[in-house]
Parts: sequence; structure tokens; C-alpha cells
Amino acid sequence: MSTQPDTVNPNDIEFVKLVAGGQDFCIEVARVREIRRWSPVTPLPHAPEWLLGVMNLRGAVVPIFDLAMKLGLGSTAITPRHVVMIVTASDRTVGLLVDAVAEILKASDEAVSNAPPLPGANARLIQGMIALSEEALCILDVDAVAPVLAGAAP
Amino acid sequence: MLSVLAIDDSRTIRELVRRALENAGMNVTTADDGLDGVSSFGESAFDAVITDINMPNLDGFGVIEAIRSGQRNTRVPILVLTTETGPELRARARDAGATGWLTKPFDGAVLVRTLKRVTGAPLS
Amino acid sequence: MMDDLRDTFFAESEDLLTAMGEGLAAMSDGSAGSETVHAVFRAVHSIKGAAGAFALSDVVAFAHSFETVLDAVRSDRLVPDPDVMRVLQRAGDVLAELLEHAREDRSDPPSALGSVLDALEEITGGQDDATPDDFVFEPLGLGMMAPLALPPAEATGFHLDFRPTGNFYPNGHHHQHLFAALSELGELTVTCSVPDLPPSAETDAEGNQLSWKLELRTDADEVQVRDVFEFVEGLCELELRKVESLDSFDDRPPHDDSTLPEVAMPTLAQAPDPEVLPRPLDVSSAVPTPAAARESAPRPTLRVDLDRVDRLINSVGELIINQAVIAQKVSEAGLPPASSLVAHVEDLSLLAREIQEGVMLIRAQPVKALFQRMARVVREAAEATGKQVELVTEGEETEVDRTVVEGLADPLTHMVRNAIDHGIEPPSERIATGKPACGRITLSASHVSGNVRIVVRDDGAGLNRDRIHATALRKGLVAADAVLTEAEIDNLLFLPGFSTAASITSLSGRGVGMDVARTAITALGGRIGILSTPGEGTTFNIILPLTLAILEGLIVTVAGQPMVVPAASVIETIRPAPRDFIALGHADRVLAVRGDHVPVIDVPSLLGFGPELDPMDAIVVLVRASDDSLAALVMEAISDKRQVVIKSLRSNVGQVAGTSAATILGDGKVALILDPDALTALAARRRAAQHAVQHLASREVRHEHAA
Repeated sequence: MSTQPDTVNPNDIEFVKLVAGGQDFCIEVARVREIRRWSPVTPLPHAPEWLLGVMNLRGAVVPIFDLAMKLGLGSTAITPRHVVMIVTASDRTVGLLVDAVAEILKASDEAVSNAPPLPGANARLIQGMIALSEEALCILDVDAVAPVLAGAAP
Repeated sequence: MLSVLAIDDSRTIRELVRRALENAGMNVTTADDGLDGVSSFGESAFDAVITDINMPNLDGFGVIEAIRSGQRNTRVPILVLTTETGPELRARARDAGATGWLTKPFDGAVLVRTLKRVTGAPLS
Repeated sequence: MMDDLRDTFFAESEDLLTAMGEGLAAMSDGSAGSETVHAVFRAVHSIKGAAGAFALSDVVAFAHSFETVLDAVRSDRLVPDPDVMRVLQRAGDVLAELLEHAREDRSDPPSALGSVLDALEEITGGQDDATPDDFVFEPLGLGMMAPLALPPAEATGFHLDFRPTGNFYPNGHHHQHLFAALSELGELTVTCSVPDLPPSAETDAEGNQLSWKLELRTDADEVQVRDVFEFVEGLCELELRKVESLDSFDDRPPHDDSTLPEVAMPTLAQAPDPEVLPRPLDVSSAVPTPAAARESAPRPTLRVDLDRVDRLINSVGELIINQAVIAQKVSEAGLPPASSLVAHVEDLSLLAREIQEGVMLIRAQPVKALFQRMARVVREAAEATGKQVELVTEGEETEVDRTVVEGLADPLTHMVRNAIDHGIEPPSERIATGKPACGRITLSASHVSGNVRIVVRDDGAGLNRDRIHATALRKGLVAADAVLTEAEIDNLLFLPGFSTAASITSLSGRGVGMDVARTAITALGGRIGILSTPGEGTTFNIILPLTLAILEGLIVTVAGQPMVVPAASVIETIRPAPRDFIALGHADRVLAVRGDHVPVIDVPSLLGFGPELDPMDAIVVLVRASDDSLAALVMEAISDKRQVVIKSLRSNVGQVAGTSAATILGDGKVALILDPDALTALAARRRAAQHAVQHLASREVRHEHAA
């Protein structure tokens, strides 16, 4: 059992596996603050299309990003069954719209590699890879997928 | 109504001066250091000036010299209000152009009386 | 009446003790310059001076000993070696303790008082030029004390011969003032004489050559009479003869033939001291009860960790929003107005507002420290540029939210440096144009109708509009054919990217322009405007909210979304007739408002939320931007005016076009707070882009014709 002391490796890192744009990704558990159901957001003027808007999270104004669109997987057709992962990016709190949150994974630090697996524009959104027995998952760089909005001219 | 400029870096003393003079029906403007005082002096017409000696930016002697060598109202009565004592201080204040001096501790009645004396205002 | 002054004194002493502590620490670790030593001396000196006013003789006496040692250090008569510093540090502690005891009306002295006093005196032993009694303040004049000690005066009057000399008049004295003071003592007769000596080069034109003979009938003694001349000692010749009887007056010699007509000074009635003791209104209150005594003790101040205050403020913000949610739900529930629930919700709303106001006061802080920081900036900048500049500050006691104070430091520094670098001329140039060699920068703060106004003014050369325009043209910030007013040119300074390599100097350069200052001020919810007169200088006007947490706003609807327009910038709301909109060229429209033509900003389309509104459906909010220009914001509806809690977008989201922040409405939804300045700038940029496109298009047409 996983609760047995001898199976706990202090070097294990926990990840949340999620689905966005039909594909699996993961984010370090330490980054995830909570998971909420989708609720309509307030749109922002002249925002990039992957920035859906802002919502009220217990008094804080939090930007919500369409993760699939940001990853170049097309925009998400939002339904009430979609969820928002509230995550910490640098010192900011942001929300990521995802199709679903699947499970929590544990990986030893040897299984984690830093090398981004994909060439191209999206490479900088990927922090690294986890090699699991059956699959390889991309670890998202939260700071990169949820950037600060700079003063954008229309 | 006498219009008086009080310059002191101590908020307490400024307040004490203000109250004493306002209770005596005078109009008080305060400034919290010498520089502030000199610029305030340039901005309105005052019947008298009260200044501390030991202040940041510009000390009381500097204030007196600035007013006496200025463009207007150079003969305004200036009272020095200070804790410093001794004949040297009085001589220095007089040489700098002070009209009179008062030593703290602060006594509102004495201040009012002295102000009236140097401005020639009726005492009662 | 003195109680709140005592509060002031103790609060000020606390600040002075802090300054003293910091200075002593710097002296101990060797990082202190002479200014620090002076500052420590002044702090102790100020405490001594003010403590005297409250008859805190222990504090005065100790502060004096302390100050004597500090004076020796500041005048380089004493080296502050580690041993001396240890004593000074302990003296600082004892002074703090003495003040604490004084505040609590405790009479027991601090335990270390004796040993530290001894240590201080040991240090100055032999080199203390002040006598031990020196701090016993001398009375104003002997006359104040002497009558008590002397037997009643026998004299019935005095003859005085008085002649002003030297600086009598330049020092602000006037013979009539002295005569008035003398006539307070009795009946005065004044005779003015022309001098026996002919006027010479030595006697100036001050009237010093005049002399007076005075006769004073009085019961006052000689000391009292001499006391009148206390301040003019050394500035006049005075001879005083006592007259033993009334008869002596009658024996007086006839007037000199050379004298001017006799002038009798009016005898002023002797009146009781104007200081009237306040009489208690209620007899019972004159007898202090223990409770009353406690109440009249100075109010202590409390130092609180800022984080705690900020957490409290955040919670209160939540409370306000939560209360708004409840209020909305209650009103939606359609209860009868007489329902007690409705009344309770109203009470809650009042209470929440009160708590909020109280909490906000905790954060208020005078701008003084900020202004003082600017004094340093001025000194440094003046030195770096070789210019002479003085800083004048006004309204230093004006209180502003501390976040505003902190947020202003950078923009103010930038503006002050800019003013010295680009505004104030070199001394030679100033003198050539008839100005004083020393330039002046004025910083002033004041409260203006619920806002704080900060003014940064220099008396320099004013803005060089030709150069600004040329720079903006070169950088493509304005269209080549655009005709700009002076104010529009001045406002180019605030455009991002205006600051050019050519204008970067060692001082104000660093690649940041006024746009950075403007951005910082907008982030504080403020506006900045500029006024410049060639040859006379430039003035920046900054209007800031008193607090960053609350804003009075108009709730409006834009593209179906609720948004907020800051009420401070709203002039009026108009439902215009479609014919009031006048088209100019392809895309621009103006609105006729009482004979004025105001540029129209269609907010939904400007923000990219949809097509332009049909003028039939439009409602207009007329706003004034910080550069005083007007704009007609077109939107769908205006629903409400209310206070909203400001939520920064900057921290989590970043910069959002056309807005300054957001708020959370009663239904929990986020509403954007529109920024008139940002909207105007956005509209101007869009107009410029459209002009450019049209320009290109027309060029192509011409090319085709040419071909």
C-alpha cells in the first residue's frame, strides 16, 4: 500500500494529471491550489483569445486561461462540465480551463527529465517530461502558459 | 488681527504656539523648518515671525538673515524661540537681526505679550 | 485643552526617539556622517524643548546632559569611540524610559537614570562649557521675576533719554512699539528732539539721528522699565533717571526750543492678563475622578505590523462585498420594505462602511517623509547637474494612504529629476533672464474634494514644445499632418516610447520617460496633468484618491457587461439626440454639448466588444481626463452610483486596455473599472492608426493616377 512508510520516497514528486484539448498533461501538485467548476467570466478588452477573462475567487480577481488554446490545440467548447484549476504562477494566482482533472501521479525524480520533448513554439510552455511505465507526460510550465498581460495596443 | 509666521521643527511647539496665538486672536501660519519658513514668508504678508534656532535644512539664524536681506517686509519683527540660552546666543541673534528672543519652556502668555510688544499691538 | 497637545508631544517624541535610535545605530557602526550626528542632537534637543512646555523637568534635565555630550560630538570636541557610543545608546534608552514614565504620570525614575547621568557627566567632565544650571531656563526678562523679590517701588516716575542707534530699525524695532510698551506701565509723555549734532555720514537715514525725551509716571520699578528695552540693548542709547516725587515732573525744564511739537502718547488702559483660565462648565467635572483622570492621560499610540493592518483591510474589503451580495439577495427576495430583515441589512451596510472608514484611517500617513526624501533627490540632482536648486514643500502634513505615499516615491523622484535636468536652467542662464540663480522646485500636497492633489512645480525654462513635437514626429507618435494644441504637445511627454536616447542624460535618463511616471500614478488610481509656460516653468498636477481601496463609481453597461466609471472624472450623463453626433471624416465623431464639440468614444467598439452602438440606443457619460480634455463615452446604460472596492488587475492579470482596475459587484461578478485617460489614449492610438491607413490608401490612389 502506498501509505506504507517503506514505499514513500522523499524524492518523489507529485503531479496532477489533466486533460486539455483532448491530450494529457500534468502540473506539479505544489502549484495547484484548488479545482473549481467552470462559471462564466468577465471578458477583458483586447485580450488574447486564450485569455477568457477574469473571475472572482473569494475577493481576488483571477485571470482564466483556455489551456487548450494556449497550447495550440484549438479553443475549448466550454460546457458546465469543464473545470478550472486554480494554480500559482510565480507569485500570481491564475485559473486554467481544462477538460478534466484525471488523477494524482507520483514520480521519482529520476523519472523527470527537463528536456522539452517538442520542437517549435510550444516548447517553452513545457517544463519537462515524466516517463511513466505506460506513457510519457508533458509537465506544463505554469508561468509560461499563464503570462502576465503587458500593455497591449489594439 | 496680527498675522504671525511660526517656524519650528517640533510639531508640539508649533501646535503650542499656534494655540497660544490663536487664542489671543492672531492669525498663525506654521512652517516646519527654516527653508519652509523662508518660502512661507515670501508667500504672504506677516506682522511678525517666530522662529526656532536649531532646525534642519536652514537654522533660525539663516531664516533671519534670509528675511532681513530679502526683497520685502525686511523689517518685520522676528522673535527667536529657543531652548538655547546665554548671552552669546542673544548677541548672535541680535547680530543676525532678531528683534527679540524667548527661551523655552514655552509660555503662551509670555509669547503673546512679547509679540504684542515687538509689533506695537495693544496689550489688551 | 493641553491633553491633546500632550498626545502630540508624546507622539512626536516617539518619532524623534526613532530618529535618534537610528542615528545612534548608524554612529555606532561607523556609517554616520556629520548630518546624522546633527539629527540625533536635534532629536534630543527637540524633546528637551517640548518637554519643557509640559513641565517635565526630569526629561528636560536628562535631555540636557545627553545633548551636551552630543554637542561635543557634533562640534568634534569628542570622538564617539565605542565607550562613548555605549553611554549614548544607554542614554537613548533612559530618555525613552523617562518619556514613558512621563506619559504614564509615573514619578519613579528609570533605574538606570543615575548611572547613565553620571556616565554622561563623566564624559563631558571638564569640557562641558555649559554650566550645570544652564538648562534652567532664564526668565524672559528680569522684570518678570524681580517685582516679586523687590519691595514695592517708591518711585513715582522716570525721565528717559532715548536714541536708537545701529540696527535698531533694521532689526524690526520701532520706537513707537517701545513707547507703547512703556505706556503700559503708566502715563507717558514723549518729546522728540532733533539731534544737536549735524547729520553726518555716520548717521544713516533711518531716523537714528532722532532722539526722544520721555517722562513716565508709574508705580513700576526701574527693572520693569529697563525690561521694556531688553531687546534693544546695544541698539540704542538710553539714560534713565528715577524721579522721586510727582513734583519732580512739574520741575521739569521747559522744552528745548529745538524740539518738535510735543507728542503725547495715548495712555493705554491697564487690563488684566488676556490669558483667561478656562472655566469648567460643569462643577462636577472639575473634581477629577480616577476614571476622568485616566481619560485625560495622553492617548497612547500603538505600533502594528503592517501585514496585520493589510490583512484586516482585505478582510474588510471582503466584508463590504459580502454585505453587498446579501443586500442584493435581500432586495431580490422582494420583501416588504417594512421587513425587519431589510432594516438589519441596512444597519449592516452602515456598520461595514464605518469599519471600513476606520480601518482606512489606520493606513493614512502624512506625505512629509516622502517630501523629505525628495529633498535628497533635489540635492543629488542639483549637484550632478551643477545647478542651484532649492526645494520648497507645502502641505507636508497632508495624510494619504500609505500605499499611495509609497507608490508616489518613484514617479515623484522621476519628475523632480526631470525638472532639474530639463527644466531648471544653469545659474548663468537664469541670471541672464533675470531670474534668481537658484532654481526652485515646489512640492505641495493638499486635500481637494475627496482627493489628494500633489503639485510638482519648477520655475525653469518650461517645456521646449518644438523639440517635443519634433521628437514625437521622429518616433512616429504623431501624424505628420496633425495640428496639435500646446496642451496636446505637452501631453506627448506621457506617451510610451517618447523618452529618446537623445534626451537620456546621466540623471533622468535610464530609458524611462514620463510614461512610466504616468503609469505608476494611474496604477494608484490617480491622474496626472501638465501645465507649462515658456520661461516660467512647468507644473505637474497629480490627483490621487485618498485611499486605494474604495472608489465612488457609476455602474454602467458596456456590451452587456457591467463596468464602472470613476465618479470623480464624470461631469455629467447625457442622453443625446442622434443629431447631436456630428461625423468628422471617416470614423471620427464629435458630440455637440452646449455649443462645445467633444470627441466621441464608443466604448464597446473601442474595447473590441462589438460594433458601434446605434446613436438611438446610446447614453453618454461625459468625462474629464487628467489633461483636462473632455470625452463623450458612449455606452448602453447607466444603472447606479455606488462605492466599489477596488481590486487590482495588475497583480494577477497585468495591464488591461482601457481600465485601471476591477471591482466585485453584489452578484459576485467582476466588473472592470474604466479609466478615462486610458480610453482617451486608446482612442487616440486607434485614430492615428486609421489615419495612417487612410493616408496610405490615398497615396496608393495617387500612385495609380500617376501611373
